[in-house]
Amino acid sequence: MANVTNNRPLSPHLQIYKFIPTMAMSIVHRITGGALYFGTLLVAAWLIAAASGEEYFNQVNWLFGSIIGQLVLFGYTWALLHHLLGGLRHIMWDVGYGFEKEFSTMLAKANLVASIALTVLVWVIVLIVR
Amino acid sequence: MDMRTPLGKVRGLGSAKSGTEHFWRVRTTSLALVPLLVFYVVFLIIYAGKPYAEVVGALANPFVATINGLTVIASIIHMRLGMEEIIQDYIHSEITKLVLLILNAFFSLAVGGLCLFAVLKIAFAG
Repeated sequence: MANVTNNRPLSPHLQIYKFIPTMAMSIVHRITGGALYFGTLLVAAWLIAAASGEEYFNQVNWLFGSIIGQLVLFGYTWALLHHLLGGLRHIMWDVGYGFEKEFSTMLAKANLVASIALTVLVWVIVLIVR
Repeated sequence: MDMRTPLGKVRGLGSAKSGTEHFWRVRTTSLALVPLLVFYVVFLIIYAGKPYAEVVGALANPFVATINGLTVIASIIHMRLGMEEIIQDYIHSEITKLVLLILNAFFSLAVGGLCLFAVLKIAFAG
């Protein structure tokens, strides 16, 4: 008897789909959320140090001011702003707007562009103020 | 004919049997966090790298301390619920899922408790 099951067509699996902007921003929203979850430790360290006295505060400030600290904080800023803007898109969908293909694709791209632009803006202002 | 109200139909649904509660809390905390975090970012822009006395003085301001406390509360609820969703989506082994959900709850509450204590200590005791 012929092996019929081997020749049956398979349903399309994940990897054959083109990776479109809305998909990418969907998973980036979750990844940034996960990163922010652990990034809360940075805020906690800063607040606890501020509450513990000048010596601790200066130590944490030194750590945050180092090259690695600044890179992590830059990434944290981007994750926060990206997740915040992505959250606004989700609120829009929750109330029933913005499901059109072109619009949602445009907004997914805008989310990335705006989050990067805002992050750079925040850091430029920080460096000017300082 | 279905006599049940739309609310009655969704109450107690979902794998956690808590209906739309999870969804609703994620959304309300996210809405609260938009203005709170905008304030937070502006605050950090102003005080990043400033000396200890100046930063603590600003954090001790009653308005700043209140915003700070509210941000901590909204954040830990939101992050706990978000991580819960990630764990429930990707972890299929029942025991691992249970352990991670408990760790998630403990971690969120521990971080939140520490942050809140720090905020209140700065506000009341400097």
